[in-house]
Amino acid sequence: MFLKDYINDVYGAVKSLLVGMRRTGYYFTHHKEIITQQYPDNRATLDLPERFKGEVVMPHDANNEHRCTGCTACELACPNGTIKVITKFEVNAEGKKKKAIDKLVYHLELCTMCNLCVVACPSDAIKMAQTFEHSVYDRSEFTKVLNNPGSKIMEGVE
Amino acid sequence: MWSLQKIANTIHEWLNTTFNSTIATTIEMVIAGVAVITLFALLGLVLVLMERRIAAWMQIRLGPNRVGPQGLLQSMADTIKLLVKEGLTPNGADKFLFNLAPFIAMIVAMLLMAPIAFAKDFQLWDLNIGVLYISSVSSIMVISILMAGWSSNNKYSLMGAMRSGAQIVSYELSAGLAILTIIVPIGSLQFSEIVQSQVNGWWIFKGHIPAIIAFVIFMIAVTAETNRAPFDLAEAESELTAGFHTEYSGMKFALFFLSEYVNVFIVCAVGATLFLGGWMPFHIGHWESFNHMMDYIPSSVWFFGKTFALIFLIMWFRWTFPRLRIDQLLNLEWKYLLPISMFNLLLMTALAILGWYF
Amino acid sequence: MVEALGSTQEGNLIINVGPQHPATHGVLHLVITLNGETIVHVEPHLGYIHRSIEKMCESLTYRQFIYVTSRMDYLSSHINNHACALTVEKGMQIEVPARAQVIRILMDELTRIASHELWWGAMAMDLGAFTPFFHAFRERESINDIMEETCGARLTMNYIVPGGVMQDIHPNFQNRVKAFLKMYKSKIHEYDEMVTGNIIFQNRMKNIGVLSAEDAISYGCTGPTARGSGVSSDIRKIYPYEIYNQLDFDEVLEHGGDSFSRYMVRIREMQESIKIIEQLIDHIPEGDFQAKTKAVLKLPKGEFYTRVETARGELGVYIVSEGGTTPYRIKFRSPGFSNLSVLNHIARGSKLGDLVAMMGTLDLVIPDIDR
Repeated sequence: MFLKDYINDVYGAVKSLLVGMRRTGYYFTHHKEIITQQYPDNRATLDLPERFKGEVVMPHDANNEHRCTGCTACELACPNGTIKVITKFEVNAEGKKKKAIDKLVYHLELCTMCNLCVVACPSDAIKMAQTFEHSVYDRSEFTKVLNNPGSKIMEGVE
Repeated sequence: MWSLQKIANTIHEWLNTTFNSTIATTIEMVIAGVAVITLFALLGLVLVLMERRIAAWMQIRLGPNRVGPQGLLQSMADTIKLLVKEGLTPNGADKFLFNLAPFIAMIVAMLLMAPIAFAKDFQLWDLNIGVLYISSVSSIMVISILMAGWSSNNKYSLMGAMRSGAQIVSYELSAGLAILTIIVPIGSLQFSEIVQSQVNGWWIFKGHIPAIIAFVIFMIAVTAETNRAPFDLAEAESELTAGFHTEYSGMKFALFFLSEYVNVFIVCAVGATLFLGGWMPFHIGHWESFNHMMDYIPSSVWFFGKTFALIFLIMWFRWTFPRLRIDQLLNLEWKYLLPISMFNLLLMTALAILGWYF
Repeated sequence: MVEALGSTQEGNLIINVGPQHPATHGVLHLVITLNGETIVHVEPHLGYIHRSIEKMCESLTYRQFIYVTSRMDYLSSHINNHACALTVEKGMQIEVPARAQVIRILMDELTRIASHELWWGAMAMDLGAFTPFFHAFRERESINDIMEETCGARLTMNYIVPGGVMQDIHPNFQNRVKAFLKMYKSKIHEYDEMVTGNIIFQNRMKNIGVLSAEDAISYGCTGPTARGSGVSSDIRKIYPYEIYNQLDFDEVLEHGGDSFSRYMVRIREMQESIKIIEQLIDHIPEGDFQAKTKAVLKLPKGEFYTRVETARGELGVYIVSEGGTTPYRIKFRSPGFSNLSVLNHIARGSKLGDLVAMMGTLDLVIPDIDR
């Protein structure tokens, strides 16, 4: 029957459209389903997972001591040349010369947050920080020195 | 009771007592013109915000909420942005037609305001062929779209314009037939008489199934005529970037944008007048107290309420459905809507002759 | 060349779709010859996002080059990393611990769902329905949250290293994945209601862009594009890697060959991925998450090839090693490139609006095509 098919077509079409409209209508009336996060406003409650790879930092303890031995494992592991380890020789209490870092230069603009340096580090001297608002007005601010000025290597870290 | 009609009458009387009739008429015309422009701007602001909010809520977003309280000033900020933007004219464009097209779109939208009854006895021009006037003037709209598309010297624009031409011309048929279905029992094209004929019930209730079918077809056809999704082939963002107004920027783009929204308002106003009783309050049979309560709501509120309900429906369509293809669009019109509305018109004529409506 | 495009014929119109165009989802450039609305010829132009990833890999060590491949098909970056790690493991003959294998598969399938989610939203948006895009992102974001918690990043995870995975799964991982599965199942009927069942959508998709099984094979199509034409091409079934051969899942096949079949393959594939995740999530074996490997990886002299099933099809990784710490030559067989080559074949004769739909069903990721 041609007419019956025709009417069935129209009925099925209208029904499928109404089903779709019911779904959008549901969301129109149910505002609790809204998933928008109002980002700059929710900074205080923003909770990034501890593994989030934001930038490489070097933790220092209260005595301004870090765990970096200057072994350049991170520099070798980095695919982009993001890290440059500049070493110096320090004379310790016994009068022996010992290699230590002068500066650990980190180029944030080159970093792809691949985490390979953190994995490569044998003494857990560097880790990923959960910061993500990196924009600055001057490009040179991306070049960071990770060790604090005047910082020393921790006792017992080889 | 406060009403638009009283305000209009007061102004009219005051002008006629203060000045002679020629000056009074001139001043009245100026007031009417300013009022239309104000309404135009207001509608633009309100409808854009409404659309963005509806879209956001349907898309589980919040929508504009930064400018002003609850984001109410967002569309104002957008307007300022569009006003200060440079209006570019492409190098190879036909400069005269390119700059003329948005104004034609706006003038058409403004002209359409004339016969619409906004409230009880509040109308710019109650001409006796009101509905015919609306459908004939609104068809000029396609000229501005074709003009914009052709003069832009852009292939996307041209394709959008040609699509739009085919679309508007064919959908005017079923829109016209749907209007005609209601006009048959009324027997008048005058807006005031159309509204008056619904004093004992709106046509969508009085006209049985033919009126409901006509209403559905009318809504589909006007959605297509105003180039809104799912019939936004003239713009077709994912296919033609922005269709006929690809090359427009700044205020010239805003005029197209505005005229689209005002057109939506007007077609919904016509729909509300024809099917939902215009400014006529909702009455149920002989429930005198209920009817009396309804009468207390100003007629302008009734009119705008109904119109905005229909606008909401059109926006609901837009944010739910995918777009049709051009051949499917024409198939829908010529194979489904047109035969149905023709049959529907016959049915309504039979009902009207037999007097089988309330 | 211009003659070949048919422009000399009277009435034909050449338009450039892209490199900046809302439908191409990236910097793909299509030169389309149109006759009215009908497509006469489509010519894709590539190279706008060519970053010479293959050449870059030659100067990186076997540990380092994996992260670069995340940037190829960024929607299934995890699976790309997986493919590279598998190749290195094959060359080094590293035995991957069972726990790492299961974690990798779980992540792969989550990535696949996330990729298909984004495709679904973008597909609907190509057809003019904007709302599904945001609904798709709701599910995709919850996968990204899971990824962020365990891998530390949302898109370019770099979680896989030769010999296993970089870190053990987060303690919350299992619970969050289960919560996601529950949430996903409660929303799955919305896909039907909003897009699949919609009459406009069906009319736009059915019998459009028909690709026969023979053509799918001869153009080298893989993944959902080929399976939509009934060509069995699921690497997880044909050449199982990791423990895919022990899992119970079906290869999704549709035989229509049209846009709708390709669409349905992806929709059903999401269900299969859910099935795989459900089988594994409670049975992650205990043990190491990473095999003991040498500090410096050196592949023996020779050629190594592995393939995996990404969200878009077959990704092949071909490494030529001279025995050093860096590969001598790397070649990626990307699924998007072969799938794109079929576009002119299926688009000819259809309307411009359908071209957008077809590109949607091919699920093109431009950085994957260009590399």
